[in-house]
Amino acid sequence: MTLNRRHLLTLLPLIGATGLGLGFARMLQGLTTGRFDPHAINNPLTHYAVPHFAPLSGLTSSSTPQDLSIPGFSYEELTTANQPILLNIWASWCLPCVEELPFLTNLAHRHTLPGAPPLTLWGMAYKDTPANAERILQRYGQPFQRLGIDDDGTTAIEWGVTGVPESFLILPGGRIVWHTSSSLTEDLYQTELLPLLHSAS
Amino acid sequence: MTHSFRLIASFTLCLICASTSYAVETPDEMLPNPILEAKAQSLGQQLRCLVCQNETIEDSSAPLARDLRHIVRQQLQQGHSPAEIKRWMTQHYGEFIHLKPSFSGVTIFLWLTPLLSLTLAYLLARPLWRRPAHIAEPLSEKEKLRLHNLIKKN
Amino acid sequence: MASSTLFFTHLSIFFSPEVGHFALALACALALLQALLPSLGLWLCRTDPAHGPSSQSPLLQFAKPLTYSHALALLLAWSCLITAALGDDFSLRLIAETSATSKPWPYKIAGLWGNHEGSLLLWVTLLSLWSSLLATVPHQSLHRPTNIPARLQTRLIALLGYISAGFLLFCLTTSNPFLRLWPVPLEGMGMNPLLQDPGLALHPPLLYSGYVGFAVPLAFAISALLEGRADALWAHFMRPWVISAWSLLTLGIALGSWWSYAVLGWGGYWFWDPVENAALIPWLTGTALLHSVIVTEKRSTLLLWCILLAIATFSLSLSGTFLVRSGILNSVHAFANDPARGVFILTLLALFTGGSLLLFAARSHKITSPSFGAFHLFSREGTILVNNMLLCTLCAVILTGTMYPPFMQLLFGRTLSVGKPFFDATTIPLALPLLAIIGIGITLPWRYAPPARTWRRLTPALLITLGNAVPAFWLFPSPLAGLSALFALWVITSSVIDLARRLHALPSGLRSYLRLPRSLYAACCAHIGVGITILGICGMATTQERIIEATAGTHISLAGQDWCLDRLTPQHGPNFEAIEARITVRSAPRSANIITILHPQIRIFPAQNQRTLHVAITHRLFGDLYAVLGSVKNDHNQYSAILRLHYNPLASWIWLGGIIMACGGAISLRPRIPFRIRRKQPV
Repeated sequence: MTLNRRHLLTLLPLIGATGLGLGFARMLQGLTTGRFDPHAINNPLTHYAVPHFAPLSGLTSSSTPQDLSIPGFSYEELTTANQPILLNIWASWCLPCVEELPFLTNLAHRHTLPGAPPLTLWGMAYKDTPANAERILQRYGQPFQRLGIDDDGTTAIEWGVTGVPESFLILPGGRIVWHTSSSLTEDLYQTELLPLLHSAS
Repeated sequence: MTHSFRLIASFTLCLICASTSYAVETPDEMLPNPILEAKAQSLGQQLRCLVCQNETIEDSSAPLARDLRHIVRQQLQQGHSPAEIKRWMTQHYGEFIHLKPSFSGVTIFLWLTPLLSLTLAYLLARPLWRRPAHIAEPLSEKEKLRLHNLIKKN
Repeated sequence: MASSTLFFTHLSIFFSPEVGHFALALACALALLQALLPSLGLWLCRTDPAHGPSSQSPLLQFAKPLTYSHALALLLAWSCLITAALGDDFSLRLIAETSATSKPWPYKIAGLWGNHEGSLLLWVTLLSLWSSLLATVPHQSLHRPTNIPARLQTRLIALLGYISAGFLLFCLTTSNPFLRLWPVPLEGMGMNPLLQDPGLALHPPLLYSGYVGFAVPLAFAISALLEGRADALWAHFMRPWVISAWSLLTLGIALGSWWSYAVLGWGGYWFWDPVENAALIPWLTGTALLHSVIVTEKRSTLLLWCILLAIATFSLSLSGTFLVRSGILNSVHAFANDPARGVFILTLLALFTGGSLLLFAARSHKITSPSFGAFHLFSREGTILVNNMLLCTLCAVILTGTMYPPFMQLLFGRTLSVGKPFFDATTIPLALPLLAIIGIGITLPWRYAPPARTWRRLTPALLITLGNAVPAFWLFPSPLAGLSALFALWVITSSVIDLARRLHALPSGLRSYLRLPRSLYAACCAHIGVGITILGICGMATTQERIIEATAGTHISLAGQDWCLDRLTPQHGPNFEAIEARITVRSAPRSANIITILHPQIRIFPAQNQRTLHVAITHRLFGDLYAVLGSVKNDHNQYSAILRLHYNPLASWIWLGGIIMACGGAISLRPRIPFRIRRKQPV
C-alpha cells in the first residue's frame, strides 16, 4: 500500500488526538508528583531585583503582650544583607502557614550548624496583627531573624503575592532567584532550594 | 501533604467565593464619577482574580480582589490610563492576570487559531466545490451552426 | 425518625447497598456479554452476509435480551442507591458525604448525581437506556422493509456494549458508589446548598443524556468503518439519533446556563469556564453533524465528514465530562479530584477515541462518496458546508482557548489565562457570518439556485431586517449588540418568510399544511430558536445594574422603575435560616401599579456552615427584574441592606430560544402521520 495524500489526511485527527492525549498523560503524572499545578501563577519578579517597599515594623515588646522582640526590615536592609535570605510570607490565620512553621524552624536551625551553606529566614506577616503573629510564633516555632508586619497587605501586593504561604530566595545584592507559592517541604528544599544555595556560596 | 492541603484550602476558598460572590461589595467602594467607575468596571472585568481563579477581580469577593479593585480605582483617579494600569498589573502579577492574553510569542498560536482553522477548512473543502468547468459553457458560433444543420436534417 | 425514612430503612432489607453493588457487577458482566456475543456471532457469519436470516448465528439473538437485562440491572442498582438515600443510610460513603437528614427528599435523590461516583453511575445507566431504546426499534423485515437492517442494529448494540463495559469497569474499580463507611457517622455532611435547586437537579440527567446519546452516532460511524460501506440510507438511520441527542444536549446546556444565572447571583449566564466550554464544544460539533447528516441523506455526499464528526462529537463530550474531573483544568466546578481516576479515564479515552480514529485512518479509503465537485455555493448543501466550516472553526477556537493555558504551562512553564474577553473577541466575528448564512441557506433549494432567484426570495427578509436597523441601534446602546440583534432578526424573518412561502404554495387547509415535510417545520423552529437566543444575549449585553445601601423605605430608581425596600425579616427554611428583604417594584414612586414584589434572601446553612445568596427574579417577557441581597448591617438598631438590583432586558429569551431549538429537534422526531402514507397508497 502506498501512502498518498489522502492517507496522510485521514491520519491527521489521530495524530492530533495522540498529541493531546500525551499532553494529558504528562499533566496527570505532574499532578501526582506535584510538578504540574493548574492553579500555579508564575511570579514575574523571579530572576529580577527586589521591589521597592516601605519599611515594615517588627515585633517590639511594647506592641505585644509577651516579650518576644523581632526587628522589622526595610528595602535597604534586605538588599544590603550579606547572606542569602529566604523571605517567607505567612499569616497567623492561614492553616498551611502555621503547619509550615515547625519545618521552617528546623531549617533555620540547620543553617546555623557549621558546614551548612549560609541562609537566614525573614518573615512577612500578611494582613496580620503583631499580637496574633507573636502568639502563633511562640506556640509553633520562631524561625525568623526579622519579621515585618504587613498589616494592610500593600507590601505583599508590591511583591505580587497571590496567597499565603509564599517564599522567595533573595541573594546578596537583592536579586530574587527562586519563588514558590506552595508550602516548603523537605522534598522541595532538597530538590530546588539547596542546589541554589550551594551554587551561591 | 502540605501542598495538597493548600490545594484543599484554595478549593474551599473558591467555594466560599462561589457562594457569596458579587461585584463591588459596598457602594462606598465605587467611584463618585460614573464615567471613571464604568472605566474601572470594564477594566476590572478583564483582570483575573488570583485567588478565585475563575472570576474577574470585579466579581470576586476575595480580599486580594478587593485590594486590586481599590488599586484600579485609585490609579484611575490619579489620572493613569487603563493601559498603564494593565502594565502595572503585569509587572506585579505577570501575564496570568489578563483574561485576554496579549499577542506575543507564546500566544501566537492561540490568536491565529481562527485563521489557521478557517484556512484548513477551506483547503479541505476546496475539492468539493463545483468547478466552473462543470457548468456548461455557451456554444461557439461553429457549434451553433453544426447544431442548426443537424436539426435541419431531421 | 420520620415514618417515611423508617419505611425506606425497612425497604433496604431488599434493596440493600450490597444488592446494588452486586447489580452493578452483574451489569458489567452483562454489558461485556452484550459486546462480545453479538461480535462473535457477526464474525462467525461474516462470510455470507448477503444470505437471509437462515445463515445468522444464534449468538446474534442474545444481543437484545442482554441489552435489556443490562439496563435492568443498572436500574436495580439505582433503586438500591435511592432507597439508601431516602432512608438516610450514612454507612454509605456517598450518602454520608453528600446528604443530611434535614435535606428535602427530592434533593436526597438529586444529590446522588451531584458527585463523581453518582454521576458516573448516571452516565452508564443513561447509556444502557439509549442502547435499550435502540434495541426496541423493530428491525428490517418483510412487513417493515424501510426499518434498520438487523445486522446493523446488532452491530450497534455490540459496539455500545463495549463502551458500557469499559465505563462500568471504571465505576466498579475506582468510583464505586456503594462503598461502606466505618465508623458510621450519625449525620451526613450535607450537600453544597448552591446545588439544592430544581434546575440543577435536572441539569445532569439532561446534559448526560445528550452526551451519552452521541454514543449511538459513534456506533454508526464505527460500524460504517468496519463494514467499509456507508450510504444515504446509513445516514437516514443515524439522523434521528443525532437529533435526539442534540436536542437533549441543547436543553441540558440551556438549563445549566439558567442555573448559573438564577442561583449563583452573579447576574451572568455564561462565564467561559472550562466546564461550560466542555459542553459547548460537543454541541458545536453535534450541530455540524446534525446538518451534515441531512446533506448525506439527501445527496449521499460528505460520508467521511459525517463519520469524523460523529467520532469527534462523542470523543469531545467524553473528554469534556471526564477531564474536568481529573483536576487538569482550572475550573470553579470542583469535583473531588483524584489523579488515579484520571489515569483510568485517559486509558478509556485512548481506547475509544484512539481506536475509532485509528480505524478511521485505516479504513476510510473503503468509503467512497461522490463529493468532489458536487457542491454549489448557491444551494442548501453549499451553505451547510460553509456553516460546517464556521462551526468547526468556532469549536477549534474554544477548544484551543480552553486547553491553551495547561499546555503552555506544561510545555514552556508559562502561566497565562484565556477568559471571556478573548472568547468574545474571537467567537463573535465567527458567529455573525454564521447567522447571515443560516438566513440565506434556509431559503435555498438543494443542488442549485440561480443567484437572481435567491436574491428575489431573500428580498423581503432583507428589507424587514434593514428596516429595523434604526430601532435596533437605538434600543441596544452598544453597536455590537445592535448589529448582532439585526443578524438574529435576519435569521428569524428569513426562516418565517421561507416557511410562509412554502405554505402559500400549497392549497390552504390544515391537511395540506401537514403534508409539508416535518423537517421544514423543524428547521424553521430550530433556527427561530437560534435567533431568539441571540436576541436574548444582545438584550443581556445592555443590562442595567445598581448597587446601593438601603434602609427600609428607601426608593431606588432603575430602568425607569421605582424599586422600594419595604422591610427586612427573618425566615426559617427546612435546613437553613434566612434574612429576607421585600422589594416592591412599581412603575413610578407611590404608584398603585405594582409590577412585582421580590424576596431576595441571605441563607445560612448551619450543616455546612455556609452562607448563600438566594436571588429573587421575576421573569418577564421583555426583561427580568433581578435582586440580590448582599449583606445586612446593624447600626444602632437601624438595619441597612446592601442590595444589587439588575434590570436584564430579554434575559429569558436566551433559555426560551434553547427550548425552541430543542422543540425543533422534537418536531423532526415526531412519528409519521399515518394518513400521509394512506394517501400515497392509491398512487
